[in-house]
Amino acid sequence: MSKLQQSLQAGQFTFTGEVGPPKGVDLHHVIEGARMMKDKVAAVNVTDLQTAVMRLGSLAVSAKLVQAGIEPVFQMVCRDRNRLALQSDLLNAFVLGVENVLAITGDHIVKGDHREAKPVYDLDSVQLLKAMTILESGADMGKDFKGRPNKLEGAPKFFKGCVVTPCADLVEPQIIKLEKKVAAGAQFCQTQAVYDPAAFEKFMNDLRRRNIRIPILVGIVVLKNLGMAKYMNGNVPGVVVPEPIMKELADTPKDDMKKKAVEISARLVRAMRSMCQGAHLMTLGWDDTVAPIVEQVSA
Amino acid sequence: MIIQKQKPFEAILKALEGEQKIFIAGCADCASACKVGGEEELAAMKLQLEAAGKTVTGTAVFDTACQQSAVRTKARENEAAIQAADSILVLACGTGEQTLGDTIGKRVHIGAESLFVGEVARLGKYSEKCSTCGKCVLEDFEGICPVTRCSKGLLNGPCGGYKDGKCEVDPEKDCAWVLIYKRMEERNKLDKMRAYQPAKDQSTRHSPRTYTWPKREPQGNKP
Repeated sequence: MSKLQQSLQAGQFTFTGEVGPPKGVDLHHVIEGARMMKDKVAAVNVTDLQTAVMRLGSLAVSAKLVQAGIEPVFQMVCRDRNRLALQSDLLNAFVLGVENVLAITGDHIVKGDHREAKPVYDLDSVQLLKAMTILESGADMGKDFKGRPNKLEGAPKFFKGCVVTPCADLVEPQIIKLEKKVAAGAQFCQTQAVYDPAAFEKFMNDLRRRNIRIPILVGIVVLKNLGMAKYMNGNVPGVVVPEPIMKELADTPKDDMKKKAVEISARLVRAMRSMCQGAHLMTLGWDDTVAPIVEQVSA
Repeated sequence: MIIQKQKPFEAILKALEGEQKIFIAGCADCASACKVGGEEELAAMKLQLEAAGKTVTGTAVFDTACQQSAVRTKARENEAAIQAADSILVLACGTGEQTLGDTIGKRVHIGAESLFVGEVARLGKYSEKCSTCGKCVLEDFEGICPVTRCSKGLLNGPCGGYKDGKCEVDPEKDCAWVLIYKRMEERNKLDKMRAYQPAKDQSTRHSPRTYTWPKREPQGNKP
């Protein structure tokens, strides 16, 4: 059982971090970044061609983290692979020692740096979770000549994760889809960035009313400056940085920005820790902020 | 219908390089409706080609350029002009171009882009609602096709990329899932959204597709 699963099952408030593979083959930064946060988190997410930008893959970096003694969460987007490749990569992940897998739809290709590529989306994120569950049962999604499910030689086992956007401007479709993800096999959920504890509380109450009971790790994207917060408000659906935080960022001198980012993130997690089971810290390269955030939350 | 637009004239001229005598073919169906290959467009193309120094041996709007029998009939009527030409410029969809080329056995050039199977909001404004996937799912989604109208073709609900009912891909485009959700909510059909949709059978999209009536007159096609 993965450390992440153990920690959540034990009812501990659990942190996860995140690293982004490089565009190229220089692993130095990504491994170093993960190492910097490893003692403070149960696992480190590895993004999968995030924002549809071609780069080193999530699976390879996840396997490298396993080798380095750091537990990864292998993020899998549905954009780039059909069901053969997705299932095969799930088997690949298992034999490489990767246990935590996160199913994501994936940003559209128009958001990235290969805008003329063909989007795949053969499966959606719910179907990808179902595929994991089917593989765990010792079969795959295909059928033999007689219409019977194909059998596997040895079945993998995963800790299956999913995502949700709690602050979407229309949240009910998100909740309906989350219910389907849980039914398809999701065992934990990391959220899109949340900066509004009151909105998150309402979202969590909705989940409770609907009897959706998987561990939820609230997502925090560490705000590096005012420009980034403005960008998110304008361009990232389902993410709202409220005015008081904007003002705080505007009033912070450049040299104090990292300290302020840590303070805001820790304050948000503290405000929401009683509502959920953990926090997912997305530091976008500021890997050294994970430790102080976790320490300030625990202080 | 097959929504189309004419290729830029420079591209058409480049394709005709080295050929002097051209026959221009249009189509009375979709290409005419899209103002790409009707009588008017053929006449305009003739003038443009002549201004560029080409000889136009004739023009004809085929009744339906993608129908072999119609193509044969029209080709016979225009036999002399077609024979006199080095090649045929087809102002119609890609199917029409190939039907003409394969049926007549003459070199053909495509003068239009086939964009999609679409709805006509008005002349000059078209949108895609069906991608002819071969296995219709409209019944499951209250009449809005997520395969086509969701930019990611998602079957189990929206991604996180919608804002004010619009899609992350293009703020001009509606999020199909917001439309589906709102329609289902209004009609008290949200149970349909809660139902798990298995991975789509994509075998009906494997190209090249053919369809032949199993019998001469199957049930569904009887008058």
